[in-house]
Amino acid sequence: MAATAGAIDCDIHPSVPGIEALLPHMEPHWRDTVVQRGVHELETIAYPARAPLTARPDWRPDHGRPAADIETIRAQALDPFGTSIAICNCLYGVQLLMSEDLAAAFATAVNRWVAIELLDRDPRLRAAIVIPTQSPDLAVREIERWADDDRFVSVLMLVMDEMPLGRRFYWPIYAAAAEAGLSLCIHAGSAYKHPVTSVGWPSYLAEDYTAQAAAFHAVVTSLISEGVFAKFPDLVCVLAESGVTWLPAHLWRLTKFWRGLRAEIPWVVHTPAEIGRQHLRLTLQPFDAPTAPGLFERVMEHFGSDEMLLFSTDYPHWQFDGTAVLPDGIPAELARKIMVDNPRKAYPRLSRGGQA
Amino acid sequence: MSRHVVARADEIPPGGRKLVEVRGRPIVIFNLSGDFHGLLDRCPHQGGPLSRGRLTGLVEAGGEPGRYCWSREGEILRCPWHGWEFDIRTGRSRCEPDRIGTRSYDVTVEPGAAVLEGPLQAETVDVSIENSYVVVTLGPPPAHTEANP
Repeated sequence: MAATAGAIDCDIHPSVPGIEALLPHMEPHWRDTVVQRGVHELETIAYPARAPLTARPDWRPDHGRPAADIETIRAQALDPFGTSIAICNCLYGVQLLMSEDLAAAFATAVNRWVAIELLDRDPRLRAAIVIPTQSPDLAVREIERWADDDRFVSVLMLVMDEMPLGRRFYWPIYAAAAEAGLSLCIHAGSAYKHPVTSVGWPSYLAEDYTAQAAAFHAVVTSLISEGVFAKFPDLVCVLAESGVTWLPAHLWRLTKFWRGLRAEIPWVVHTPAEIGRQHLRLTLQPFDAPTAPGLFERVMEHFGSDEMLLFSTDYPHWQFDGTAVLPDGIPAELARKIMVDNPRKAYPRLSRGGQA
Repeated sequence: MSRHVVARADEIPPGGRKLVEVRGRPIVIFNLSGDFHGLLDRCPHQGGPLSRGRLTGLVEAGGEPGRYCWSREGEILRCPWHGWEFDIRTGRSRCEPDRIGTRSYDVTVEPGAAVLEGPLQAETVDVSIENSYVVVTLGPPPAHTEANP
């Protein structure tokens, strides 16, 4: 039996097989718009199709996209790990579109595709709601469309959107999520409205990939400073594919500066480090610490909490081989928390039974 | 415990301050509308000179993010180095009052007659019976002080 038997995988990435798979899930006007405009693809450059990271070699099909149908997902992401529940974070180009209405049409289509092609076909699957962040009004409408379906457990946003995610522009989204008991999942990636680094466009994927953690720094700072967690005290925010080890140092630094600058943001009445422990969670893969003996415990000491890490495979991205998804050196009791208890607390909807 | 005369009361008008030294300790005395308070002139963060900090008011959340509640103007001191705020009346920090503060001293105003009669120590201030004087009490060290958390 796999060491991960019964685990809750908080980050897997089904691929929309192609735009034609979405057409049946679009209203006639938008279906026709896609055809008339010749929109042939909405994949982004976040995971270049042929980059090794994008799909593990044994998970890369001869033709088409990885993780694009339920049989493949079962055979590769669920059965080998003994996963009890896996949460689908579908990364597609919805957030990149300039038209908020077209983005809303695509968000609805992606969510319908996920519900019908994946969630309806395997009771182990859950999903994040893809939303058109371009328009909080339309995003709220999309959240409400799925709010009664307990298989949707979170709301998906990209760490690099048009504005820092703490801004009040986005608060209707957080209000709707909190109201429905949905967690917020902020995933690595960009809407490409701005360069992926604050100093301009980099040349290489290595730079882009490393820059994600800097974007998470900025967004965590924004969420805390703008008072998102003061306004929505029950909101849990999962940082997906952010890496892990950057957070304690960043919160330490933010706490340090907050001591002198807190009068600007007096609604932040607890240290940012405490707020992080209460509201932020991180998916495990890609794990970014060395695996020398004892180092995992050191990292956990820096976190000051053993409730913040959530098991994930990041399937089908290539972060490990075989089923060796758990980093070395995790004590068994902690592994159990990371695989089961922490995800259950991070996603209250997981305890609702998963009824459509 | 010992009591020390550190200034004539009219040297420190309301809103004013004076840096004094008592038994080698730098202490900054404030007059808040007639109430005198003394703080150790060292920020618990990195030792910045609090006596050179700006006065401000108490800024608190006004119900929800974006709303501010302003009160106690002139009663909060910001360290000139990194802006940490301290409540002049208690020495406690605004950021983490339960954990971080600077030493605060008991300060009273005594008439000249009492100063001349009593066991008060006035090494550096000439005392006359017509004036009032600022008196700092040095007590035992506090139960906890925390530096550079």
